[in-house]
Amino acid sequence: MPDKLADLLQQGPIAINIGVQDFAESLQIQGVEVVRVNWVPPAGGDPELLELLDQLL
Amino acid sequence: MKTGYVIRKNEYYDSVFLMRVAKRLSEQKGILQAAALMGTEKNKGLLADIGVHGEEISAATPNDLILAVQADSPRTLAAALESLDLWLHPEPASGTLSSIHTLDEAVARQPHANLAVVSVPGAYAAREAQRALEHGLNVFLFSDHVPVESERSLKEYARGRGLIIMGPDCGTAIIGGVGIGFANVVRRGPIGVIGASGTGIQEFTTLVHRAGSGISHAIGTGSRDLSDAIGGISALSALEALESDLETKVIAILSKPPGPLALGNLVPRIIQSPKPVLSCFLGLKDTPNANISYGAARTLEEAAALAVQIATGNPPARLHADSPEFQALIHPERAGKKTGQWYIRGLFAGGTFCYQAQQVLQDAGVVVYSNAPLEGNLELPGPLRSVEHTLLDMGADEFTIGRPHPMIDSRLRRERILTEAQDPQVAILLLDFILGFNSSPDPVGELAPAIAEAKGQAAKRGGSLSVVASVCGTEGDPQGLQQQVKQLEEAGVVVFPGSAQAAQFCARLAASLREAPHA
Repeated sequence: MPDKLADLLQQGPIAINIGVQDFAESLQIQGVEVVRVNWVPPAGGDPELLELLDQLL
Repeated sequence: MKTGYVIRKNEYYDSVFLMRVAKRLSEQKGILQAAALMGTEKNKGLLADIGVHGEEISAATPNDLILAVQADSPRTLAAALESLDLWLHPEPASGTLSSIHTLDEAVARQPHANLAVVSVPGAYAAREAQRALEHGLNVFLFSDHVPVESERSLKEYARGRGLIIMGPDCGTAIIGGVGIGFANVVRRGPIGVIGASGTGIQEFTTLVHRAGSGISHAIGTGSRDLSDAIGGISALSALEALESDLETKVIAILSKPPGPLALGNLVPRIIQSPKPVLSCFLGLKDTPNANISYGAARTLEEAAALAVQIATGNPPARLHADSPEFQALIHPERAGKKTGQWYIRGLFAGGTFCYQAQQVLQDAGVVVYSNAPLEGNLELPGPLRSVEHTLLDMGADEFTIGRPHPMIDSRLRRERILTEAQDPQVAILLLDFILGFNSSPDPVGELAPAIAEAKGQAAKRGGSLSVVASVCGTEGDPQGLQQQVKQLEEAGVVVFPGSAQAAQFCARLAASLREAPHA
């Protein structure tokens, strides 16, 4: 039984938005509490460096 | 024509925001084309394809913004490039940048969060989704181009922890009355939805609303969930959650045909379900599946009507294709058509609508060309030129890589309407309009002048052009359903509430034109 999904359905969303800002805005318009992450591509957008960093951390 | 660009180092903007920047800029007088893109290798390739290149572009990284403009004069070009800040920060609300840069910081700020809405570029999407799951968050994953192996591993991880991944490539969900992504404002009610496609969920939920009932929750699964590679992991979690949800009385599963293994997983669960479960597997040759006790619908309209009937005990009123009212709509559209003028051209913003329309036409014996052909239909040789009956999914990659999706910007559809109208054999244009959060603020208004011009071109040739449309939306949507429908009717468009009905009408009209054109 997916209990955390069931909790989401029962409580309604409390959201963290990562990416398209419009999605956060449309949730806020509907009264949803949203924390917006000001996301940028990690490791300067360099996939090889990102993989290296992920291995180190 | 003059071409130029500016680069802003270390200024990242999301793709939807940049689409709107490019759209607004390209609407300015003298601007022929505008692109606002982050400096990924793919985007740099797209710019090279339209003749925009240079050392600085080669050196740009995915964190660098590139704004490229083609203008009719050096002066217009210079003015556009110099006013970049105006385009990037026109709306104070959306320009408010958060000081939170990571998911860890966000969870620390809101420890009660239960959902991550993830829409970063595909290359980073699985990484962010995995981190969200590790924080105990359900995930709505809008991003596409996530490898199927990553999808499976994310979903197995989620299911093992009582969580769900809605997606990847999930456009729409409705949770407890809240629309997420591209969703409509619909009444709450007894019908729960599990849907593989965003526009499929939008069509079903709006039709349920318009039939007077409502939606408990609509859970997106992503387009590949019911393939054998994934095995319906998210669909099963959604089914279990809706079964235990007190508000949900009926469950509808909407998808393309599942793979045999995925269906094998799903069917026994459906049979055992304590609640009525109905299915709509678009694109199946035959209506499935005797085992699904509460019925299998052929179209999203049938599915919505069946769900409302089960939930309320009353079948909703519908306009049937065999009814005299439906037939009466055909006669006036025959007027003015010339001999040999009978082809249908469908230009769709919603991929599911293109798919469903192909099924409806196929059922009526009409074979079509498409860039996304249903089994038994014909692959269009190239996306730029239509052949005989053609239905185009204009949200497909060949139209949208580096350009706005037609649900956000109608430019590509506008141009294509005018192209199709030049073909004297075209009798019918079939269009869809999708309202709701995050869609274009006025989808009909953006296309109405092109519709009028297309009809005018046909009239000048001494013929006539029928335009048939469906509008997916409700009166509560930001665009307003009635306002959008009124604009279409004023433009002489035949409007249906559902996309399947619009396609049925086209099939009947085309058949009647072929049999006996009305000169």
